[in-house]
Amino acid sequence: MRSKKSHWRAHAVLIVVLVAMIYPMVWLVGASFKPENQIFSTMNPLPLAVTLANYISGWTATGTSFTVYLGNSLTVSLCTVIANVASCSVAAYAFARLDFAFRRFWFGLMLGTMMLPFQATLIPQYTIFFNLNWVNTFLPLVVPYLLAYDAFFIFLMVQFIRGIPRELDEAAALDGAGHVRVFFSVILPLLKPALLTTTILTFIWTFNDFLRQLVYLSDHSRYTAPLGLNAFVDRASGSSYGGMLAMSVVTLVPTVAVFLVSQRRLVEGVATTGIK
Amino acid sequence: MSENSGTAVLDPPVTDRPPAPVRRKRKRHKHNLAGYGFLAPWLIGLFAFTLIPMVYSLYLSLTKFDLLTAPQWIGFDNYVRLFSDERYLQSIKVTLLYVVASVPLKLAAALLVAVALNRGLKALGFYRATFYLPSLLGASVAVSVMWRQIFSKDGLVNQFLGLFGVEGADWIGDPRYAMWTLVLLAGWQFGTPMLIFLAGLKQLPQDLYEAAAIDGAGRFTVFFKITLPLLSPMVFFNLVLETINAFQTFTPAYVISNGLGGPIDSTLLYTLYLYLKGFGSMQMGYASAMAWVLFLVIGLFTAVYFWSARRWVNYAE
Repeated sequence: MRSKKSHWRAHAVLIVVLVAMIYPMVWLVGASFKPENQIFSTMNPLPLAVTLANYISGWTATGTSFTVYLGNSLTVSLCTVIANVASCSVAAYAFARLDFAFRRFWFGLMLGTMMLPFQATLIPQYTIFFNLNWVNTFLPLVVPYLLAYDAFFIFLMVQFIRGIPRELDEAAALDGAGHVRVFFSVILPLLKPALLTTTILTFIWTFNDFLRQLVYLSDHSRYTAPLGLNAFVDRASGSSYGGMLAMSVVTLVPTVAVFLVSQRRLVEGVATTGIK
Repeated sequence: MSENSGTAVLDPPVTDRPPAPVRRKRKRHKHNLAGYGFLAPWLIGLFAFTLIPMVYSLYLSLTKFDLLTAPQWIGFDNYVRLFSDERYLQSIKVTLLYVVASVPLKLAAALLVAVALNRGLKALGFYRATFYLPSLLGASVAVSVMWRQIFSKDGLVNQFLGLFGVEGADWIGDPRYAMWTLVLLAGWQFGTPMLIFLAGLKQLPQDLYEAAAIDGAGRFTVFFKITLPLLSPMVFFNLVLETINAFQTFTPAYVISNGLGGPIDSTLLYTLYLYLKGFGSMQMGYASAMAWVLFLVIGLFTAVYFWSARRWVNYAE
């Protein structure tokens, strides 16, 4: 049995580490409410006088409103989530439950694509989308996910479906249900936890993605939140730190909100997929 | 899994029906049609967005290509030029340094915190979630902006050092230090491997620890002789994953250096240089060659990990 004392020591160490880790974020939020001239004058994250000036000036500082950027980010993220959940669950059902020729081969290839650096396909994909005239639209960002582009989530769902008792499918099959019925009325309802993990992770990853959006979107009216913030940084460099920090907070709010609502499920999901 | 209302469709259980006809012998695979039907979206995507682009990229890497005019065949010129391109060699140096420094830092932090958390502490859920948050947000532009401010000349870090009378450097602006702020940012995001370690630690057999306690083994002996070997599959898994991720890091280097990789190319990570070549100066053939080299290097690292795994990864059940 471990002693109470060693628990206290562990708590003390963990809390120090925790505070050190979280301090920057607390500082960021606090600084965004400070008047410009107090941002770098103190370590105290709490503003002496709360002001919304940074938010008001930052919101439209790039010439396009952050309402537009956030709206674009939400559109891209939600479309990606729907596409990803639908396409990956269908593929996962095939891998986990159906017996077809070359299944092992395709499965191995699927795992292989998880290790593929996405830079490897960035330029040819760009060329393809450029020739389709899709550049500066959301299509290059979303369409690949309609076709189960991110194998990580297929893998996650395959693992989960394997844990669902086969007797359930077989009973439904005996009832005359075909694969489509089994998939929709047996597997999908039971797959809900994995679908939720997929939804949350896809949303957060897409919302925070930068390189892909940077490459494909060139018009301010199409910019997503990370691109809008980046445009701000380019423009501000040295002048308006307050607005820049305030808009950083703004672009973090949607993902942090999703995290707070779902943190329990998310933490469990990551822990279990990591170890198969 | 609490709400399984969907399974109600199956009730009541069917008992008095003849078993489904078994046709094992004639067809080796029972569901070819359904299988490929369900697999079709992924298969189309695999060819359209991965396999064909890979082949196309290999072709482009052997050409001069600026997107607007047709690719012009130049053989292996791009690859040859890579090795006399000083900025390219610099980006390799910077990237290897980044990978070799940030991955062990991240894994060590993840392991230490996981071990500290794995003692049946109260408030485990709170700790886990809070430690995990940075790795979820870390790839965002906003966090990179924050990092840049914290390490600026009059930023939070230097104010903290000032408390001890130390005058901090201009961490972001000094080529000697800029890269290390990126390494620290990676270390800050140890949450994902931590969760994986934590899940592994929970499954370790307790009897070994009891035996060690009876033998009077110290805490360090227990950690290095029992915990670490038993956890080696997770170390391996995290090592592979984090190495691949580290090679692909882009956003913090881009944001911290204003998209240029400076000061004097000290933060010119591989992917950033690839972006600058491919999309900045539209040398897409050259950038494709870079992408293929990156692909091969990551493959090589992964292969070495798997090869070495036999020596240090403990797969005993």
